[in-house]
Amino acid sequence: MNHKMMGRFIAQILAVEAVFMVPALVISLGYREWAAAKAFLLTIAAIAAVAGLLFLIGRKAPNALDAREGMVCVGLSWIVLSLFGALPFVLSGEIRRYIDAFFDIVSGFTTTGASVLSDVEALSPGILYWRSFSHWLGGMGVLVFLLAVAPGSRDKGFTMHLLRAESPGPDVGKLVPRMRQTASILYMIYIGLTLADIILLLLGGMSWLEALCTAFGTAGTGGFGIKNDSMASYSPYIQYVTAIFMFLFGVNFSCYYLLLIRQFRSVFRDEELRAYILIVVCAIALIVLDTRDMYASLSETFRDASFTVSSIITTTGFTTADFDRWPAFSKGIILFLMVVGACAGSTGGGLKVSRLLYLLKSLGRNITQVLNPRRVKALRGNGQVISETVIDNTNAYLAAYVFIVIFSYLIVSLDGNTVGTNLSAVLACFNNIGPGLEAVGPTCNFGHLSDLSKLVLSMDMLAGRLEIFPILVLFSKSTWKH
Amino acid sequence: MNIIIAGGGRIGSTLARQLSAEGCDLTMIDSDDHVVRACAEHYDMIGIQGNCASMEVLRHAGVDHADLLIAVTNADELNLLCCTTAHAMNPALHTIARIRDPEYTEQTYAMRDVFGLSMAINPEKQAAGEIDRLLKYPGFLRRDMFAKGRTEIVELRIDEHSKLRDLPLSDISGIAKTRVLVCAVLRGGNALVPRGNFILKEGDRIFVTAPSENLTTLLKSLGIITRRIRKVMLCGGGMVSHYLAGMLAKRGVQAKIIESDLERCKDLTHLLPRTPIAHGDCGDPEVLEGEGLKDCDALVSLTGSDQLNMILSLYASDQGVGQVITKVADSISPGILDALALGSVVCPKELCCNNIVRYVRAMQNQVGAAVSVHAIADGQVEALEFLLDENTPNCAVPLKHLKVRPNVLIATITRGSRTEIPNGDSMFLPGDVLVVVTSGRGVLKQVRDIFL
Repeated sequence: MNHKMMGRFIAQILAVEAVFMVPALVISLGYREWAAAKAFLLTIAAIAAVAGLLFLIGRKAPNALDAREGMVCVGLSWIVLSLFGALPFVLSGEIRRYIDAFFDIVSGFTTTGASVLSDVEALSPGILYWRSFSHWLGGMGVLVFLLAVAPGSRDKGFTMHLLRAESPGPDVGKLVPRMRQTASILYMIYIGLTLADIILLLLGGMSWLEALCTAFGTAGTGGFGIKNDSMASYSPYIQYVTAIFMFLFGVNFSCYYLLLIRQFRSVFRDEELRAYILIVVCAIALIVLDTRDMYASLSETFRDASFTVSSIITTTGFTTADFDRWPAFSKGIILFLMVVGACAGSTGGGLKVSRLLYLLKSLGRNITQVLNPRRVKALRGNGQVISETVIDNTNAYLAAYVFIVIFSYLIVSLDGNTVGTNLSAVLACFNNIGPGLEAVGPTCNFGHLSDLSKLVLSMDMLAGRLEIFPILVLFSKSTWKH
Repeated sequence: MNIIIAGGGRIGSTLARQLSAEGCDLTMIDSDDHVVRACAEHYDMIGIQGNCASMEVLRHAGVDHADLLIAVTNADELNLLCCTTAHAMNPALHTIARIRDPEYTEQTYAMRDVFGLSMAINPEKQAAGEIDRLLKYPGFLRRDMFAKGRTEIVELRIDEHSKLRDLPLSDISGIAKTRVLVCAVLRGGNALVPRGNFILKEGDRIFVTAPSENLTTLLKSLGIITRRIRKVMLCGGGMVSHYLAGMLAKRGVQAKIIESDLERCKDLTHLLPRTPIAHGDCGDPEVLEGEGLKDCDALVSLTGSDQLNMILSLYASDQGVGQVITKVADSISPGILDALALGSVVCPKELCCNNIVRYVRAMQNQVGAAVSVHAIADGQVEALEFLLDENTPNCAVPLKHLKVRPNVLIATITRGSRTEIPNGDSMFLPGDVLVVVTSGRGVLKQVRDIFL
């Protein structure tokens, strides 16, 4: 493998991280939090040293990365990103143990929002900002960002398989022929929606820092709150704004592009979008029916139900209600939403609505073929034939998904918690949601788990964000063989 | 520029690579899912699987805002239908179709408005034309024409009998008895832009710029021309042979075709009544002997197999045939070219792609952009042609006062019908055609890029 080029590639990613740490540093200085400021400064210096060294070693390496190297690069760069991103927490002394800090920053970059902290409000503003910003950066992807801003991306070893490795969904395509333009359009939409969210939150009376952090958490569908009760103590206006924006960030971004180029018809006919809306509406209606006795007014029921549904299906993980105390049927719906996840091509995680549709269609075809063995049938999505490769990949993805969930569940259950806790912890991490049920529910955190569980769950979060394979190949023997 | 390529075969994928490097926005349509995927993976473009002549697929490919459609599937009829349909959907669209069947030649030209066709390309015919030009001046491995044929860059190999061997370049004009300029040298697979004290060695391939009318003088004074080519053997009876035999017959050159398929031989006798056609296996030396290889002035290997073509050419060189030309379907690596005495190598695919890239450049032709670009010296050197106008900087300034970019050489200045190899006192004027050679690929886009 072309190790030098891979090193140089990772160095670029680290450079992006260092640049994005500067605002956090400035905020820490502004609030006169010297410990945090020093921590950011030290981290930036460490990144500069390591990235500089990698650049120096790899400066003469040939520019090509093949598919395998690309995959490994994506997986490795996210891990390296997290290893360095965790440093400010530890260096500032605000999270004492490195494994806890690592868990939190992985949770940030993968837009999970699960935390080991019981008292978030004790964190200093700069650290809070960095934690939430990691959601924003991780939501659309660092590589995509690098692609959008860096000129001459072809020389930097970017190819389509890198973009594909970082973008969620079964069949990643481009909006326009040029990869760089595609990435720029995606980020433009992302930035535009985030700004709209920030403005609406500011209008609702939030402070600047609160609005920024909440908008980052919403945009990346992350879910790090800056209060211990997440979003519960905010006004209904802010809760509705956040619920709506979470929903919007869970939509495939190519829909927004189609809206921008005025192809309204293809947006409204989009099967995935329709299914997504249908699932959200049904889930809200069922939960409202199921929990109506627990609340004083219907409006309150509706607000909590819609917020929770929007938060869980988009895998954000903000909470306004302790859904762990809801009836079993509502909890069942929430577990279902956790697995489904958002649309492909959004910032959300999970299995993705389009994959669910493909799986259902493929299952339907198999049933037809069992009944009519001679039937030949092509599957269609949005009127277009879905290629068999995509169907195969989707099936393989589901298999890998199930195996990893079972395997992680086995390890996490060594801690001795209940089945509900363990399973929901794995699902909440793997699908990048954040809060699970019972001991890892909305009012609890992941701090009480063992270090081994935290490490496994961190890997689950990465595997979930990068759609399994970039992380899986890191553990494959043939990857490292010559 | 938005370009749709229909068909991702050999030419389609080569075009994708070249046009992507030119900075065009590409969409490829092919009926084969694998081809589409492979192309979208390798080159920065969108791939669409489907029938390129269907309105739905074309609409999906964005034909409404495309500037150019290039139809290069392997069916002429499909290419035509594709262009016609696309042009009807977007009248501002330029279309290029590959039409190979000689029987369509007439109507493609006469009915081009009906078909909505901007240009038809025929790689085989083009290759035949190229071979015909090479046969006119035996000794040149390759000829690139500029300024509507008034200036050429020709490729020569320095062999052991060459008069130029072990001489510095500054002596070349004296020996050539005419003003010529060596603008690039290929040695050991590397291209160099040489200075006057550069000493030529055996095995070098040199690229000489000269006004077209001086080429005969050059060949004669270098002792390369021995006699005119009168008898040519064409191995393989494919489309190129068919076109080439027709062209040669027109010039009064005797051509003989050897083809291994009897049915094809019969077809050829109908198509080319005056050309002798022999049925036999070109790979068999006895057949070649029997058909009079010894008496031939030139051999062109045109079979469907690149390997066989190369071996045939080597054999012919070994047997002392004066000029050998090899057709290859895929470009072969420079190392092989240097190592083997294959004579001139002609690649229809490359000719055709260069032609299309030239068309694309002409479409983009903003002020001062290159009219045409030729890749010479195994693609390591670019020769560009610029048409100068009033806006060109530094007009009427002697060249010795100009600061020219490193790696850039002003090869010729053509004014009216006169072509001049410039020296320090030369200057260019609006209306002139400038040929510039550079070893940096894609550096020069406009005429002002020449200057620092």
